[in-house]
Amino acid sequence: MIAEIGHYAVALALMMSVVQGTFPLIGAHRNNAVLMGIAGPAARGQFLFVALAFCALTYAYVVSDFSVALVASTSHTLKPMLYKVAGVWGNHEGSMLLWILILALFGLMVAQFGANLPAGLRARVLAIQGLIGVGFLAFLLFTSNPFLRLDPAPLEGQGLNPLLQDPGLAFHPPFLYFGYVGFSMAFSFAIAALIEGRVDPAWARWVRPWTLVAWTSLTIGIALGSWWAYYELGWGGWWFWDPVENASFLPWLVGTALLHSALVVERRDTLKSWTVLLAIIAFGMSLLGTFLVRSGVLTSVHTFATDPERGVFILGLLIVVIGGGLTLYAIRAPALKSGGLFAPVSREGALVLNNLLLATAAAVVFLGTLYPLILDAVDGGKVSVGAPFFNTTFVPLMVPLLIACPVGAMMAWKRGDLPGVLGRLKVAALVAILVALCTVVIDGETDIVAALALGVAGWLVAGSAVSLAERTSLFKIPFVDTLRLALNLPRSAWGTAIAHSALGIMVAGITASSSWQTERIQVMNPGDSVELAGHQVTFKGAGTVPGPNYTALRGTFELASGGKTIKILSPEKRSYPAEKSTTTEAAIHTTPLADVYIVLGDADGKGGYATRMYYNPLVPWIWAGVIFMAIGGMVSLTDRRLRVGAPKRAGRKTAPVAQG
Amino acid sequence: MTLRPLTLVPVGIFSLIAIVLGFYLWQVGPGGKDISQIPSAMIDKPAPQFDLPAIAGRKDGLKTADLKGQVSLVNVWASWCQPCRAEHPALMALAKDGVTVFGINSKDKPENARRFLEGLGNPFARIGADAKGRTVIDWGVYGYPETFVVDATGRIRYRHVGPINPGQLDSIIRPLLKKAAGR
Repeated sequence: MIAEIGHYAVALALMMSVVQGTFPLIGAHRNNAVLMGIAGPAARGQFLFVALAFCALTYAYVVSDFSVALVASTSHTLKPMLYKVAGVWGNHEGSMLLWILILALFGLMVAQFGANLPAGLRARVLAIQGLIGVGFLAFLLFTSNPFLRLDPAPLEGQGLNPLLQDPGLAFHPPFLYFGYVGFSMAFSFAIAALIEGRVDPAWARWVRPWTLVAWTSLTIGIALGSWWAYYELGWGGWWFWDPVENASFLPWLVGTALLHSALVVERRDTLKSWTVLLAIIAFGMSLLGTFLVRSGVLTSVHTFATDPERGVFILGLLIVVIGGGLTLYAIRAPALKSGGLFAPVSREGALVLNNLLLATAAAVVFLGTLYPLILDAVDGGKVSVGAPFFNTTFVPLMVPLLIACPVGAMMAWKRGDLPGVLGRLKVAALVAILVALCTVVIDGETDIVAALALGVAGWLVAGSAVSLAERTSLFKIPFVDTLRLALNLPRSAWGTAIAHSALGIMVAGITASSSWQTERIQVMNPGDSVELAGHQVTFKGAGTVPGPNYTALRGTFELASGGKTIKILSPEKRSYPAEKSTTTEAAIHTTPLADVYIVLGDADGKGGYATRMYYNPLVPWIWAGVIFMAIGGMVSLTDRRLRVGAPKRAGRKTAPVAQG
Repeated sequence: MTLRPLTLVPVGIFSLIAIVLGFYLWQVGPGGKDISQIPSAMIDKPAPQFDLPAIAGRKDGLKTADLKGQVSLVNVWASWCQPCRAEHPALMALAKDGVTVFGINSKDKPENARRFLEGLGNPFARIGADAKGRTVIDWGVYGYPETFVVDATGRIRYRHVGPINPGQLDSIIRPLLKKAAGR
């Protein structure tokens, strides 16, 4: 009964989204307030029904209702409650429902908080959101119905893929989807703006917070996924340029570009056509990621059950949504009038450079991800590009971006003073050189590239600090005045500085972990010791321990340094009888400077075990960098000008604020 | 209405991408070809013709003729590939049991490849160095690592994408080796 309610709710939500996608659009065209007014209630209704369907599915999982086919194929009574709930989105149908729930939630937020939007724009934005909803609800209902019944119902479910039975499943997909779907807002605003033929600073001021929310969430989501792969797959690495990782990275790159270009529209009323294009592409990349993962054209840990029919449907959606959006762009973009002029050396110029580099990087990752598919489609030959391709193309593009970042952030709008900015960044340059030199001295082996990369990391952190010091006149005026200036500094300036220095922290982590990783692979008998980067790791033995729905082979390792025991580490190999497969649980000892990472392998039958150990320097800095980056995004979201809302759209240009 | 060529570029590029994806989808379906398997065109076909030199500093090398005469595994690997390291113990176990494992070391630097083998052990009966990654294209390799089961007549019988995990070693690879030997 509950499942039927869920099924019915999806159908009703589809009806609601059809209403939401049509009448307000007509109303906005005819300037009919009644028709436009339908948008808000329809969006609320759509959210209500989707939420109802989601609750119904969650209920089926919680009570292990195996008469629902999806539950029977992906759940099990012995599964811990956390994974019963998170298991709702651990499969194709359920994750699609989560996707739609978040889409409806964004629609609801516009309906609730969009009171200060001009009626026409609000109606159009909600209508576009509604139309996207039509596509995905139809997709769910006609190709991926999560509420299909099974008769007779089996007594026991087939269980969830053990790789997914991890707290990571509870958090990684929701954050990721919130990011993916969040870009639908930028897309809807872009399409609405193209229909209206009008992009102005007020428009950008509405778009930016939505983009910032999506971007922050996507940042966290990608990092959670990367972290999950790091400790769960047991490969000792955290990023593999896997096609599906790339699929989540692409919208992030484009979204980052969008964040920066929207700033130019907001402050200087120019770069409009480009910003609108980025908004369309950012959401396009999100949809493309969905297509790649769900159509079965790519194989990876993420692939859901493959079904070409679904692939055709999503490709159709992709063509309608993005193809339609880009066609509209081709027709309407020439009508967008460009505003303020600027010199090449200026904040605008720097942001254009940022956008060019990010867009090129996105194109490179895109090509590397799809090239094997393209070639395969053309002549049947298969190729792979692998990590070396990305390392030789993506990294060189990032270098100028990172070096230019602190310079651009300190440049004035309209016309910048490059020598002046460079002069003020002297301290940061000094820090960068010192960091690089120290690296060479400490490392001894003089890995020049790594030393330079750490120098760049220092440059980013110090450069952000200098920009804050400059703006608060640190050491130039009494300290109390500096504090007052700091308090009055726009939150967006703080957000920028935090996010940019976070980038530096991350660069340091990436550099150190990829340049100085130590690896030990061997067969160990109980009592054996191995030296790992100045630590002694002693294998104490391994034994079987029961888990809720698995049995684990747990190894005990003593980590010691200088004769003193630091920690006992217990990596596991878990066997899941219901799913007939095993997972690796790496044991990780984290210190501020490094991770010690131990994986237990197979028994050799003579009392010994294969073991793998890694010393991963500065890996915690990567996660710290991501956390700070997300904090930067959130701080920027609390900026006053976003809180007080956008100014009225009376054709008046917002006065450019001095700096930001 | 004024159209500018520049604003037509995005939709043009997108159309190309959509055509490629659609074409690919059309090839994959209907019937949902499982692309973790080798394209059916390659299965049961003779292994592609190749003659690879040894990794610089070693003396073996690998060519098509080497594949004939015994059932073997052909493993495509590189020292930069983390999953290759993860599956290495599985290959070592197979080699210890007397299975002939051949290696194609692809897109790798000789010194890194040698260090990999010295550090982790060498399960390979022979290794060919495919420095430019040309040969693995003929094999239809999609990513690293990939492993092929080749029978005694030099025909490809199975393709495994991604690392061989311990479970698959017993559930997939060993039975296939037995089956190939029986043919």
